[in-house]
Amino acid sequence: MIPNSGERFSDRIRLEQSMLAVDVEKRLGDFELAAKFEAAGGVTALFGPSGAGKSTLVNLIAGLLAPDRGRIALDDHVLFDSATGINLPPHRRRIGYVFQEGRLFPHLTVAQNLDYGRWMQKLPADTAETERVVSLLDIGHLLRRRPGRLSGGERQRVAMGRALLMKPLLLLLDEPLASLDRARKLEILPYLARLRDEAKIPMIYVSHQAGEIVRIASQVVRIEDGRVVADGGLELLDAERKEMVF
Amino acid sequence: MFDLSPDEWIAIRLSLRIALVATTVALPFGIAIAWLLARKDFWGKSLLDGIVHLPLVLPPVVTGYLLLITFGRRGTIGGFLADLGIVFSFRWTGAALACGVMGFPLLVRAIRLSFEVIDRRLEDAAATLGANRIWVFLTVTLPLALPGLIAGMVLCFAKALGEFGATITFVSNIPGETQTISAAIYTYTQIPNADAAALRLVLVAIVISLAALVVSEWFARRAGLRYHGD
Repeated sequence: MIPNSGERFSDRIRLEQSMLAVDVEKRLGDFELAAKFEAAGGVTALFGPSGAGKSTLVNLIAGLLAPDRGRIALDDHVLFDSATGINLPPHRRRIGYVFQEGRLFPHLTVAQNLDYGRWMQKLPADTAETERVVSLLDIGHLLRRRPGRLSGGERQRVAMGRALLMKPLLLLLDEPLASLDRARKLEILPYLARLRDEAKIPMIYVSHQAGEIVRIASQVVRIEDGRVVADGGLELLDAERKEMVF
Repeated sequence: MFDLSPDEWIAIRLSLRIALVATTVALPFGIAIAWLLARKDFWGKSLLDGIVHLPLVLPPVVTGYLLLITFGRRGTIGGFLADLGIVFSFRWTGAALACGVMGFPLLVRAIRLSFEVIDRRLEDAAATLGANRIWVFLTVTLPLALPGLIAGMVLCFAKALGEFGATITFVSNIPGETQTISAAIYTYTQIPNADAAALRLVLVAIVISLAALVVSEWFARRAGLRYHGD
């Protein structure tokens, strides 16, 4: 399941069929999350109001939180299983994570931020791949800057590049546009679409904006109050389409 | 008036060496304890915190005396270390130990504060990118704590340079071995017609302290800049 390090995104068509299976329970104070869903390739949106538990769910998948019970697997690669006591730490899950606030390392340049994952995964330098991602996201002119000098939109593009360049098996995007104003959102959306079309990595896209989701996702998992209330195609968003933001 | 005598030079060099060694040796321990206090909850945490801060509030003479009975040749730890060839009593190493102990709370405090303000979410981000806990610490936590680290080292260095009570109690005031600038100034004030010598060393102490402040300010500013721009 873990691809050899020299592999390119384009070689990973096999992964398009890869399947994330989540069935977890987690209690956090008064809040209780009990979610079960499967995400098959492409972009799966976790959709629901703020506070529904979407970010918690994504953190469980990334390994930043441990479920109380359940199982998380990416194909036959088990990330967590309370029955057998498996709980891979985040650094061994190889799941790229684009956070709402970017979370770029402020003490490193953009180039060093981009390189961080490759370095930590001990992957060989792959200039061609780096160039591809850099041009995909149009961040070539930012490489020598530090994150403090980036605009919100630039920061999110670098964050996407950083997550991509670790060659993840799965990409999590937790409201990557939420901290941006409307103009910046419109600036980023095309990059997200490109990412989906060219990177060929299964993605989980968290958002409470139906407008974003219809532009990006193919599958929708609707979450309310810690439960999966619906799971299906974009038609699930028909009610929201009328009041769409975009 | 401004020609330093050989004895005064010896005191200055000795002071610098003692303060540098004290700060350098204290640093790794300071980082470890600051990290424990900032990040971990464990039984006896308040006690550890108290012990670390004790030299700050105890009379220095008491700290010196405690060092004498534990690290002196007949002390519990000192006796054991003496068998290994490490002797503190009446040596410059003992002065460095006393200075390190006195500066330690200042060092730990500054580093701990900088650990506490670090955005833990950046550490999470590093973990998702494949960094294990040690790498997260080395590549994210420690560099982000750099301004605090520098501030702590300067405070510790300054404290070590000015330390008097604990040092003189523990290792006495031996010219060329344990007589630091402070101890030398004290000695000069006790003998007639040595006012000029005392004044010269006072000026030297001021210059060194100011230089340490300026250098640390420069480092901290540089480290701070890295957070906000290129």
